[in-house]
Amino acid sequence: MAVDTGNQDLQFRDPEKAEQLTDKLESLMDDIGEPVTIMHVCGSHEQAIAKYGLRSLLPDGLTIRMGPGCPVCVTDMPEVDEAVTLAEDGKIVATYGDMLRVPGTEKSLDDAKADGADVRVVYSASEAAEIAEDTDRDVVFFATGFETTAAPTAAVLADDPPENFSVLSAHKYVPPAMEIVAELPDTDVDGFLAAGHAATITGYGLFEEFVDEYETPAVVGGFEPIDILFGLARLLEFIRDDEPGLANAYQRCVTEEGNVPAKELMWDVFETTTGEWRGIAEVPDADLVISEEYSEYDAHERFEIDPDVGGADPLTEDCICGDIMAGTADPDECPLFGEECTPQNPVGACMVSSEGPCKIWLEYGGQPDI
Amino acid sequence: MSDTDEEVITEAHGAGGGRMRELVEELAVSRFEDGTADVPLAALDDGSVQRLGDSDGSLVVTTDSHIVKPQFFRGGDIGRLAVSGTVNDLAMMGATEPVALTCSLIVEAGTPVETVERVMESMGETSEEAGAPITTGDTKVMGSGDIDTIAINTAGVGVVPQGGHVPDAGLSEGDKLIVTGTIGDHGISLLSEREGFDFEGDLESDVAPVNELVATAMESGTVTAMKDPTRGGLATSLNEMASKAEVGIEIDETAIPVSGAVASAGEVLGIEPLNVANEGKVVMGVDSDDAEAVLAAIQSHPQGEDAAIVGEAVADHAGRVILDTGFGNRYLSEPEGEQLPRIC
Repeated sequence: MAVDTGNQDLQFRDPEKAEQLTDKLESLMDDIGEPVTIMHVCGSHEQAIAKYGLRSLLPDGLTIRMGPGCPVCVTDMPEVDEAVTLAEDGKIVATYGDMLRVPGTEKSLDDAKADGADVRVVYSASEAAEIAEDTDRDVVFFATGFETTAAPTAAVLADDPPENFSVLSAHKYVPPAMEIVAELPDTDVDGFLAAGHAATITGYGLFEEFVDEYETPAVVGGFEPIDILFGLARLLEFIRDDEPGLANAYQRCVTEEGNVPAKELMWDVFETTTGEWRGIAEVPDADLVISEEYSEYDAHERFEIDPDVGGADPLTEDCICGDIMAGTADPDECPLFGEECTPQNPVGACMVSSEGPCKIWLEYGGQPDI
Repeated sequence: MSDTDEEVITEAHGAGGGRMRELVEELAVSRFEDGTADVPLAALDDGSVQRLGDSDGSLVVTTDSHIVKPQFFRGGDIGRLAVSGTVNDLAMMGATEPVALTCSLIVEAGTPVETVERVMESMGETSEEAGAPITTGDTKVMGSGDIDTIAINTAGVGVVPQGGHVPDAGLSEGDKLIVTGTIGDHGISLLSEREGFDFEGDLESDVAPVNELVATAMESGTVTAMKDPTRGGLATSLNEMASKAEVGIEIDETAIPVSGAVASAGEVLGIEPLNVANEGKVVMGVDSDDAEAVLAAIQSHPQGEDAAIVGEAVADHAGRVILDTGFGNRYLSEPEGEQLPRIC
């Protein structure tokens, strides 16, 4: 767009720089001489890739796929059912807008709201706590997201929130999911582009262990087109040199240690547990639950939540969401994509959230054959 | 998931994209006779065009119902919107001198008279600005809670010389595409106001009648197709123009004028300016030989200072819009459903 602003920092959207970087990608791919698949694990990366048509710039043989990078998509059905149960039980349930349409066994929060439950969309954990300050009713924050939103949730809980406030945590932790994906037999990933905003909290040093164990290079990347192309080039260098290295390609935001106070706070408030990531697998140590110290604010502790629901996941039976999030298929390989499965009427979780790969592909139209 | 499988109207049907078209085609077009119209209902254009007996002129008719939240917003109100919407739909068919407009109000019981008065005042001013007299109307009141404050239907009639109308399906290969000004102002401004975001900068609706601007453009060259990119935004209009004319459209995204305030707010909200409503802008196809002259004429009009040539119609990719983002290419798709701010 021809944006008439002087105050926006546009150096990361410089098409000329992009051209230099794509030339570099091309020559690196020539050196490598065989197909390469890179996985990223972040809806915001997919957004930028789709929005700027970056796939059309990639040299032949270089594929970039989204892995399990959508916290909403992988939120399991029973977790949604719990939130719906609380809402129908008369609690105010506050959550991010993305969660509204995620289907539970019988209902989504949106459905519950249509039936009269008090479900509020908030933009932050602190906004949810503010709702609690203004009412005597119980306010449950149905919290979702990776480290980027888990740290702010922790900050609210550590800051003496109102007594009628509690948290139903569906927060997820990315690194274990990357391990699972790296271990999936059908997933053939040559390198990982790690999510820059989660790494602002955790630091890039966190990925060292992963790189060593799976002998797969990882680069932490930002979200502007130049950031992404630069990150890809760095990964291809590692692959060319057969070096399972780790690099930080998002230095203006990410440090090796990350945001130490935020991290400490997060690990005070949360601990990890094993849980089902919808469509992918049971992932060890990748669900963030509220720790003993803060259990008084844990909705699970405070309320008896026994959703009278169960049964097969209506989503994953008919669609290939699991394959898409595991990085073994692209959204347009699904026969339902854009036909029976649309954002208004999602069959699969990847179409529900704006961070979901299917929704992103549909929103940005995909890539022309030219 | 609903309890029954019965199909119901959802807000997505009203978002101005493919679902609304399907609904209208299925429910209305199939049941209403087309008669003798040059541009019939089935064309789903901004209005119909019908010959007037033996006269040299053709009658252009259009109608539009207006609901908006909030009813008074930065840059305008529902009254200005109701007049501009219908004047602009007439102009999109080439009828730039409206003969008459109607005004039908549906008001919620309990609405302060002063509110209605403000809306009427605004309609009067806008009708004068557009040279479009409001000559008849109707008023109904509904129970409190049965409707949100006020809804306005306006219909309009205009006249064009026979064969002189501009269909939205008229693009042919080589035509240049011009947008008459910055894109996304109305939609982004209203969304941010609705969400309670107070962005710095000049974020306001562009709602305005554009009939004079369109007349200026038509006087200076051959305009082959026109749309006002309201609901569904520029993305929807371009897709409709491409699919109706069975041509491809190539757009240079970096050439599309977008104000800094709209671009920034759009990024924060996670909303694409190309996907939201404009209420005072036009996208038109122009014969390539005339493109520079038409652009210059538009730019000389106070409403058209930011106008730009943004792309052209091509033979390939019939029915689709290809967006050169300045980096790579992608299809520009029609937005589905309501545009909701993105959170994470």
